[in-house]
Amino acid sequence: MTFPYSKEVLEHFRNPHNVGKMEDPDGKGLEGSAACGDMVAVYLKVNPDTLIIEDISFESYGCASNIATASIITELAKGKTLEDAKKITWKEAAEALGGLPAVKAHCSVLAVEGLRSAIRDYEEKHGMVVEDEPTDEEVIKRRLKHVMNPIKGLDIIRTELVMKIEVNEGNVRVVIDLPSHHQFAAAIKEDIIEKLEALWDVESVTVDFIS
Amino acid sequence: MFDKTVYLDNAASTRLDERVLEAMKPYFFDTYAVATSEFGYSMGIESKEGLERSRKVIASALGADANEIVFTSGSTESSNMAIKGVLSALKGKKDDHLIVSRLEDFDVLNTAKMLEKQGYKVDFIDVDSEGVLDLEMLKAAITPQTALVSIQYANQEIGTVQDIKAIADICKEKGVLLHTDATHSFTRLPLDVSQVSVDLVTVSAHTIHGPRGVGALYIREGTPINKWMDGGFQEFDLRAGIENIPGAVGFATAVELVTPEENEQLKAMRDRIIERVQSEISHVTLNGSATSRLPQNANLTFHYVEGESITLHLDMMGFAVSTGSACFSRSLEASHVILGIGGDHERAHGSLRFSFGRFNTMEDADAIIDALKEVVENLRAISPLSADD
Repeated sequence: MTFPYSKEVLEHFRNPHNVGKMEDPDGKGLEGSAACGDMVAVYLKVNPDTLIIEDISFESYGCASNIATASIITELAKGKTLEDAKKITWKEAAEALGGLPAVKAHCSVLAVEGLRSAIRDYEEKHGMVVEDEPTDEEVIKRRLKHVMNPIKGLDIIRTELVMKIEVNEGNVRVVIDLPSHHQFAAAIKEDIIEKLEALWDVESVTVDFIS
Repeated sequence: MFDKTVYLDNAASTRLDERVLEAMKPYFFDTYAVATSEFGYSMGIESKEGLERSRKVIASALGADANEIVFTSGSTESSNMAIKGVLSALKGKKDDHLIVSRLEDFDVLNTAKMLEKQGYKVDFIDVDSEGVLDLEMLKAAITPQTALVSIQYANQEIGTVQDIKAIADICKEKGVLLHTDATHSFTRLPLDVSQVSVDLVTVSAHTIHGPRGVGALYIREGTPINKWMDGGFQEFDLRAGIENIPGAVGFATAVELVTPEENEQLKAMRDRIIERVQSEISHVTLNGSATSRLPQNANLTFHYVEGESITLHLDMMGFAVSTGSACFSRSLEASHVILGIGGDHERAHGSLRFSFGRFNTMEDADAIIDALKEVVENLRAISPLSADD
């Protein structure tokens, strides 16, 4: 009998490493949404002199792929500098886990996003982001790469769900290639707004659907 | 490993009863002629007799005549035959209007969606928060152009039972044909077509410890229906193909083995799960009707945790159950049934279906509740979601 999951995935799923909420983290990131079925929170303790991740933990609402990837990501990141930890890829995590089913990519990629967003949070809080970048179409696209398209299991940019992006004096409009009554429309809209309204120079975010 | 599994996914498929296998065996090894050879040699006569005896058993369980039962390969084929067969027969006589409920199983739902793409007009009728069909909406949807209404008797996932008599009365009053998918209710709940004016009924052997790959369609005499699969002239020239006589015999035996006591036992296990889980685990929602549900079905959402994770942990502990979570299926879409009753995605993702069968015991029900308490607690401990959010 062969499970679609590797031995390593099942082991990390059964006994995940570095789990739990961290009190007073230096940086934290939350990716995904309950609506899409997967969510990961990553917490960091960072040595301010060496910028090495001294402690890391995660919380997960998700399937086996999600939990196992979050577990391995924390293992890979622990002891690394922020710069090195930023370079950890989903592919690296998947390899360390002996492979992940392709159909589960969207569930597991969130752990990598969670780590990067926790690092970004640390950098922003510690004045390491020197200058605020003005929001343009490229910035929006970058942010929207963190919004999942649950139909395909990859983000909404790569799956070409985003038909149009307009940025006009802080007012952002995103047009999505789905009918408004689609079962994932509301969840995707919520996720897009969450990802964009936090940008420093964004006044409003409008998400429109094709019909 | 599988010997130890407590299998609580009987809505998906059931273990064959050995008595069913014994009844089928002679039709594999001794009486294996096709029924159409009845005029040629005696083994064909015996085959034909086995088939017709089985047809009578299925008919009798529905209060029908034997010549109103067509054997098929299962629910999917039965429902396809009913819907496509009737719409095809009525083409040109009525407009192409079909009505189904939002919660139908895929045999009806995807058939309806496919017909919609082909140009048929399809209405998907809403249900309330327990999954009960809105009868007023049904009444309003039926027009002189409506060719067929297809409403399931009981839901495959949340177990809600429809008032099929009231639905049949509405259809009769409006002069519209009614098909019902009774896959999950057959022999578990009464359905007597001499009392309820339903015109077509889908049933299957695989849910009642019969063999997989055999089902039947009840077609009330006089119902306009075309065959939808061309070939030979078997099954009243409605279902082409060599008859699956061992399957039919197995199906009939499975029907005969169901007893009222067994159904009471299923109900007792169902109630035990619902009561104990609700009282012993926090933040749980019962999906479906509390009062009008299949005796063998319990469906509960465990909030703040994801269904596939629960099922995988349960599997490692020796329990097999099903979830409405998108992660469980390859489709990546959450259960249309939980969404159809107004539940959000989070409710669908954390839902588990427990479906009981003949080989389950009360100890199974108690054991899985104990396992669930541990699994849900552990997963909630690592979840970023909680009741405080």
